[in-house]
Amino acid sequence: MAVTALRAPATFSLSDRAGALFEPALRLWTALVYAFLFIPIALVVLFSFNASRLVEIWTGFSLKWYGIAWTDPSILDALRVSLTVAVINALLATVFGTLAAIGMQRVGRRTRTAFELMVYGTIVTPEIVIAIASLLFFVTINVDLGIPTIVITHVVYNTSIVALIVRARLVGMDRTLDEAAADLGATALQTLRRVTIPLLYPAILAGALLAFTFSFDDFVLTFFVSGATSTTLPLRIFSMLRFGVSPVVNAVATVMLAVTLLCIFTASMVVRRHGRGDAESGLLLAAARSAAQRRTE
Amino acid sequence: MVAVLRRVSTAAGGVLLLPAALWYAAFFIVPLGFILLFSFLTSADYGGIDYKFNLGNYPQLLADPIYVRIFLNTLGMAFSGTVLCLIAGFPLAYFLATRAARWKNLFLVMLIVPFWTSFLTRTYAWLILLSDNGPLARLLHSTGLLTGDLGFLYTYKAVLMGVVYNYLPLMVFPLYVSLERLDKRLLEAAKDLGAGRLAAFRRITVPLTMPGILTGCLLVFIPLMGEYVIPAILGGAKSYMIGNLIGDEFVSAHDWAFGSALGMAVIVLLMALIAIYFRVARRATSAEMAL
Repeated sequence: MAVTALRAPATFSLSDRAGALFEPALRLWTALVYAFLFIPIALVVLFSFNASRLVEIWTGFSLKWYGIAWTDPSILDALRVSLTVAVINALLATVFGTLAAIGMQRVGRRTRTAFELMVYGTIVTPEIVIAIASLLFFVTINVDLGIPTIVITHVVYNTSIVALIVRARLVGMDRTLDEAAADLGATALQTLRRVTIPLLYPAILAGALLAFTFSFDDFVLTFFVSGATSTTLPLRIFSMLRFGVSPVVNAVATVMLAVTLLCIFTASMVVRRHGRGDAESGLLLAAARSAAQRRTE
Repeated sequence: MVAVLRRVSTAAGGVLLLPAALWYAAFFIVPLGFILLFSFLTSADYGGIDYKFNLGNYPQLLADPIYVRIFLNTLGMAFSGTVLCLIAGFPLAYFLATRAARWKNLFLVMLIVPFWTSFLTRTYAWLILLSDNGPLARLLHSTGLLTGDLGFLYTYKAVLMGVVYNYLPLMVFPLYVSLERLDKRLLEAAKDLGAGRLAAFRRITVPLTMPGILTGCLLVFIPLMGEYVIPAILGGAKSYMIGNLIGDEFVSAHDWAFGSALGMAVIVLLMALIAIYFRVARRATSAEMAL
């Protein structure tokens, strides 16, 4: 009796009438929320394949908007900028974040607390504030805005994300392996290269993919520090939206969606294959994303 | 010997922190220092800054009722958005937490997919659905539920809906973790002792999932205070938020000093709210469960 209740707690008070309505109501609510979450995105994808220029009425299947997007130099250029920024950002943030996560475990308590304060500071500070602060900074010290300034600004936040993800794995890891390596005569650098980093590999890869995705998707930071000459895909979409939603915008958005989902899918597969439950990897991704809406988005 | 080794290891740890620490110092701390400094300077006429000390930027913020209104509007939006996410998200999290493992994973993945769609895409998607000739308007017209325009876009409500849409998963994940950890035998025991479902919910489920509720609220509320994209796309004049105001001071108004003061005000406000949150969290949950 107790065991069945554990497995299916929703049935535990079927005896009263409210209880009988509880489970169907829960299911209905869940279905509605999922519909709410998916319908808008589904419409974007659907209308990117619409034959008509209209974005509200379906007239037939066509790939022509992808063709138009693919031959539009401004979109291709934005894609090039987005990929350049996202890749460099991911490389830098992954190196900085991974080293920082390992370092955090080895320094004294006060250094760690001070460092953690900075990590959380970068995550909690609203994206718009970081955006204008960086803009003021770059303009005042006479740096031309462009791809380098976008990368610099993105790396601040993404280093924190990678550091948190790698640290989450480090905390659950067996430190005796490091010590054993040291006992067997490995130098600190050898231990890092041969023992610590291989063990951290799934978290590092997941962190890198997330850093790529954040950067690839980012709008607010990029909008303020990009200057007039460098436009990323989200900025391009935003400026196209001034003339209303068009099938070309939908096609670009759908391609971006595909790229992002591929990254996320890979990241969660990597994390999952290395012994973490789905729920946990989902939460990891969620924790990482959480601040992003400050971003994010 | 051990002490020496430890000291060497600590020094090495410091070296590992160095790249990130320098990056933070140069490109996070220093820029924040810049807006603090600029908030006490004078804006030049056509953008840029005059290095003249000026205490007037902060009083200006309080003097003009329109700025106060935008601050209150933002707080209101963040508060209603958080509450709506909690109301919509709690049953969903409960549903997820009470499924069998196989379904649970599927449903969680389905929650992550929209969450990872580009923020911009997720937001403008509503322009299609809710436009005056959009699918929803035509559905309502054909069923006779609506005559005339939908008129939903570019209103406060449209922004609020966009907010709930974008932030809901942030609320659901921590709620799910708390509900998942909840010992279901306690609910059994409550039932055996004669408690109804509502009483059990109020006396057991809610108190024991309080850490998740508080975390979810924090995760939604904080980024919402600085929201920029949703009001810019779905909003109108009445749904203007602080983030948009700050952005406009740099993009169109070119009042950098005042924009910096606004930025500082948001940071201070958020720090105060986070401090309050931790006090509430400590009181509402045992010290062990708070983090």
